[in-house]
Amino acid sequence: MIPVLLIVIPLLAGLISFCLKDAAAKGWTLFASFITLGVSLIAIALPDESKQLAVNVAWLTTLNSRFSLSMDGLAKILCLLTALSFPVIFIGTWNEPYKKARNFFGLMMLSQAGLIGVFLASDALLFYFFWELALIPVYFLASQWGGEKRIPATFKFFVYTFLGSLMMLVAIIFISLHTRDHSFSIASFYSKGMISAHDQTWLFWLMFVAFAVKMPIFPFHTWQPDTYEQSTPAVTMVLSAIMVKMGLYGVLRWLAPVLPIGTYLWGDTISTMCIIGMIYASLTALVQDDLKRLLAYSSIAHVGLMCLAIFATTESGLQGVMIQLFNHGIIILGLWIVVYLIEKQFHTRKISELGGLAQKAPVLTTLLVILVLANIALPLTSGFIGEFLMFNGIYASQSTTYNVVFVVTAATTVFLAAIYMLRMVQRVFYGPANALTEKAIDIRMNEKIILAFIVALIVLIGVYPEPLFHLTRGAVESVLAKMYVKP
Amino acid sequence: MSKFIYLVPLFPLIGFLINGLFRRRISKSFSGLIASAAVLASFVVSLLIFFEVKEENFQPVIATLFEFIHAGKLSIPFSFLVDPLSVLFLLIITGVGFLIHVYSTSYMQEENAPAYAKYFCYLNLFVFSMLLLVLGSNYVILYIGWEGVGFCSYLLIGYWFKNQEYSSAARKAFVMNRIGDFAFLIAIFALINQFGTASFGEIFQQAPKATTGLITMVTLLLFAGATAKSAQIPLYTWLPDAMVGPTPVSALIHAATMVTAGIYMVARSHVLYDLAPVSQTVVAITGLATAILAASIAIKQNDIKKVLAYSTVSQLGYMFLGLGVGAYTGAVFHVMTHAFFKALLFLGAGSVIHAMGGEQDIRKMGALKKYLPITHITFLLACLAIAGVPPFSGFFSKDEILAAAFVKNPLYYIIGVAGAMMTAFYMFRLYATTFLGKFRGTADQEHHLHESPAPITFPLIVLAILAVLGGFLGIPEIFAKNSHLLGHFLQPVFAGHENKVTESPVSVSTEWMLMGLSAGLAIIIVIFAWMRFSRKPELGEPAGFGKWLANKWYVDELYQAVIVKPLNAFADFLNRVVEKNVIDGMVNGAGRLVQYGSRQIRYLQSGQVGGYVLLMVLGIVILFVVQLFLRK
Repeated sequence: MIPVLLIVIPLLAGLISFCLKDAAAKGWTLFASFITLGVSLIAIALPDESKQLAVNVAWLTTLNSRFSLSMDGLAKILCLLTALSFPVIFIGTWNEPYKKARNFFGLMMLSQAGLIGVFLASDALLFYFFWELALIPVYFLASQWGGEKRIPATFKFFVYTFLGSLMMLVAIIFISLHTRDHSFSIASFYSKGMISAHDQTWLFWLMFVAFAVKMPIFPFHTWQPDTYEQSTPAVTMVLSAIMVKMGLYGVLRWLAPVLPIGTYLWGDTISTMCIIGMIYASLTALVQDDLKRLLAYSSIAHVGLMCLAIFATTESGLQGVMIQLFNHGIIILGLWIVVYLIEKQFHTRKISELGGLAQKAPVLTTLLVILVLANIALPLTSGFIGEFLMFNGIYASQSTTYNVVFVVTAATTVFLAAIYMLRMVQRVFYGPANALTEKAIDIRMNEKIILAFIVALIVLIGVYPEPLFHLTRGAVESVLAKMYVKP
Repeated sequence: MSKFIYLVPLFPLIGFLINGLFRRRISKSFSGLIASAAVLASFVVSLLIFFEVKEENFQPVIATLFEFIHAGKLSIPFSFLVDPLSVLFLLIITGVGFLIHVYSTSYMQEENAPAYAKYFCYLNLFVFSMLLLVLGSNYVILYIGWEGVGFCSYLLIGYWFKNQEYSSAARKAFVMNRIGDFAFLIAIFALINQFGTASFGEIFQQAPKATTGLITMVTLLLFAGATAKSAQIPLYTWLPDAMVGPTPVSALIHAATMVTAGIYMVARSHVLYDLAPVSQTVVAITGLATAILAASIAIKQNDIKKVLAYSTVSQLGYMFLGLGVGAYTGAVFHVMTHAFFKALLFLGAGSVIHAMGGEQDIRKMGALKKYLPITHITFLLACLAIAGVPPFSGFFSKDEILAAAFVKNPLYYIIGVAGAMMTAFYMFRLYATTFLGKFRGTADQEHHLHESPAPITFPLIVLAILAVLGGFLGIPEIFAKNSHLLGHFLQPVFAGHENKVTESPVSVSTEWMLMGLSAGLAIIIVIFAWMRFSRKPELGEPAGFGKWLANKWYVDELYQAVIVKPLNAFADFLNRVVEKNVIDGMVNGAGRLVQYGSRQIRYLQSGQVGGYVLLMVLGIVILFVVQLFLRK
């Protein structure tokens, strides 16, 4: 029952919002998003086996597809991230005026429904359905609200992701035709020995491209900086905190365990792509002048590491990925809120036009510095736990002979990230104030509360990560058990 | 008492939180008091633990607070190790740390209240991180402290953040340290992968079973980490730049404690280094080369803090030489004496800079002896200690390292003594130019010259006593039996090296000779430099070879040209050419192709690809939804 609630509450809230007055929509959706958060907290408190967490009813009977939802640790942690992100986004951008606010907030809630559906679906066709469902409201959100060049940017984003999705649909149909019961259920997809190694090698790419575009992995990434730059802040936050995780989730749930041999055989290729992407994105980030583009490239580098750690096929690596999915979402939300606050106040995101904010906005600076530390994975912030485990997992990988090369090259981002993030901190916050930043004011109460909350979460998880381990331990084991590990 | 070990880092953590969270509401005197009291409390607890550890039958204690990381088979507890080595560092950190907190309460008086509280907040956070570093019972906790001190150093170097140059120095320090951390991290992964744990005890126990190749790789990576933190070749250039931070910070972080973290880490890992002779040689040669290089640069510096900074780099080189030749006790001994005399030198320099109204160029000083009597006498004692004049503390610790180096390779000894002579030379050049001769500043400056207040002179006096007497904790055995108190205290840690600690590795006559030679040369150089620079200080710009030294062998310029500029140019190339033209170009090309195709059939269609794609998706979604409701 709970999974249905998690989808239906935001869905209904979104539809209701369309019928409300613009002024009322904001409060209504915030309220609804808190309800969703409450339900998701109940869900994570229940054990994985609980009957409350599974739904399985007839749906497309002619196609042998069922409306089945379930929640294991992986689904729970991503649901929690999604449910937590929306109230954070709403409060963080509370003072932002929108044209046609009821439509904006309605679409936001619809996208939440779609995203939660993606993480809960345990039927491949249903997964595909939600995958596309989540895309539609985001497409409208990105194309109707945002910067001047939003239309070409959104077009690029949409074509990219849609082509990927189509390839995934082909792969899903092919796999389901080869399952014993010709169904789309995840259990059938997970049964071993139905797809030959040969078929797995090409099917792998059909699926992977869909996920790689979403993450995004080099060289499928160019939609991201453009889209982030052009979207309105709240949409950028949804895109980078949650939608990026859809790609990683897809690999963890629907690719690596379903096509273990394909995953194994292409492991070195994908890992190389990830590493090139990590270093490429980190270097590109070094010379960005736009704060949004800087964060976009930083995010590409981080996601590359997560993808790399999945393909390492180790307990440590997968554990690192699962908690980093959550932590990265929270950290990047905080960073986006700071960028939003800067842009709102100074009407620029250009690093070269800012400077000296620390004198005028000490609270904002302190909070931002902690977010930056988490982003560069300093110990005792949540970013460290995931990165440490992922690098450790890559080192321990048995599925490649190049594990040491991979970890050494990938870990160069440890200091590259420090270079580009601290460069930004120095140029935007330190130094003398200029004419623009002279009259800066520190942050408001709602922004302070939400950033303080994020920072508290970052430190809390960084010091005592066990609750997140506890939540995802079972999922790590079950994913690893289905992946191909060289004997 | 050692079960209350968590109190030691807890007090500074509380001080950090109070000063950090309430910095706008508390007065300056309160924030200074809280911060100093926190470190004093840690010192008292450390002292009590020290008396327990000193007992003959003490066994190392591991105090586990909670499970930090538990992922699969990997388990990393958040736990502390109490043994003689960690306790010795606790005493140095909290003891010297407390004195520097007291000093800072007066030194930072010009800051406004929130900035003053911010300073103490950072300083307490630093002490907390440094305590984690030396207390951690596994490499991960050590690493937490390791990164923590690096970050605090970043904050404190860039304390006056309005100055872009200072922020750049802070950033340089952090990034260079991160390069070292990168190597350190990989070493940790290699250890975890090999031994299934990051705990010191278990790793050291199983280490002999691992291959020499692996141990060599790990120890070299750990040492690479140490070269960044402890400012050795090739990653030392951040430390001189770090001198733009407040002077007490230079004393605490960039002289007495943080920069010795690399020494601590290698000493802690001595079991591994003993198994990897190649790594030991690398450590020894790097240390020796750094000692000489930095000493040569110090000879021609005119900024009082820069001289001391290069001196620190050089002295750290000696400590690594000690570690490399297996004189672990000697290296740790030198960490301790160096903490005393170098903290004293920096604090003395701070007192001078204050008196001179912010002037740091020694060419504009002179004759400060009569204006700053306490600063002068304590500074002189520290100079004697670092120069290796007996019986001041530096003599004993440096001699122990040099004696061990002689045993390993006489060439190490000869080069080491040459470095020691340079040390004596540049220190007394500094002393004579600053305190002797004629005053060369402005009349206005001369009018304001004054001895510093008690919170500044008190730490100077205490440190001077320690700098003079500290050496007697490690009197060589040739003077008296069982007189090397520190060696006996540390013996349980460096158990395999008891011979090197308590018994002279060379014959008694050779040791007398070596000791006499180094001491004699040091005294000669001291007298020479004293005479020369008190009469005729170097006031002009250096020329010829001196210019190379004054410009630090142009190493910064070299790094800039070979690494920084090409990296930025490459990044710029990626961003402007590859990203915009190559990758995005391919994507846009594909997009144009689609649009071109759609234009060809626009008589049938409207040609809006985006609209079509959207319609298609909507169609699929609607079909699915309809199916859901129309199911039989």
